[in-house]
Amino acid sequence: MEIVLNGQRRQVSEDSNLSALLTQLAARPEMVTVELNGRILDRSEIADAPLKPGDQVKILHFMGGGR
Amino acid sequence: MPLELTTAQLAAILEHCRREAPLEACGILAGRDARVSRVHPLTNADRSRTSYLIEPREQLRVMGEIWDRQEELLAIFHSHPASPAYPSSRDVELAFYPDSRYIIVSLRDPGPEIRCFLIREGVITEEPLEIIE
Repeated sequence: MEIVLNGQRRQVSEDSNLSALLTQLAARPEMVTVELNGRILDRSEIADAPLKPGDQVKILHFMGGGR
Repeated sequence: MPLELTTAQLAAILEHCRREAPLEACGILAGRDARVSRVHPLTNADRSRTSYLIEPREQLRVMGEIWDRQEELLAIFHSHPASPAYPSSRDVELAFYPDSRYIIVSLRDPGPEIRCFLIREGVITEEPLEIIE
């Protein structure tokens, strides 16, 4: 099925979910912000969140640092 | 390829950093082909003198705009209010954007020091900045 990830179309397997997508992207859940169809998800919601065709997903690593 | 900034864009970055001092300030530079078209001063969610985290909702909004406009994330900037303009260990640890430059503004001395870096797999490389009219 097709979703939109960070503004670009992407094919994922029919039974894919956000957790699997993060694994594919080598993204650590504690270091990213995840938005699904306009709503930012709590970290606890990510693990079991299913994906469906046409979902708009944004996954962004934090931008941070400091002295 | 040097990152090109106009004097007005540089002034906007410095103004944001000075306004937020003594807290760290942060933001995003967007554009194409290493030429900055927009400066996004953003909120430091940490509200700290020694660290920054770009507020996630603002980050999502700005990155969405960048994708919609088919621009690029050219640089992430932040200030060091009381330390040199060089990446700290925390800056390196949290450098998740290897294709983005990292601009650091030091306000330690009266004349601000501004330097630009790439941080890839823990390796820091200084990059040129070109200021144009």
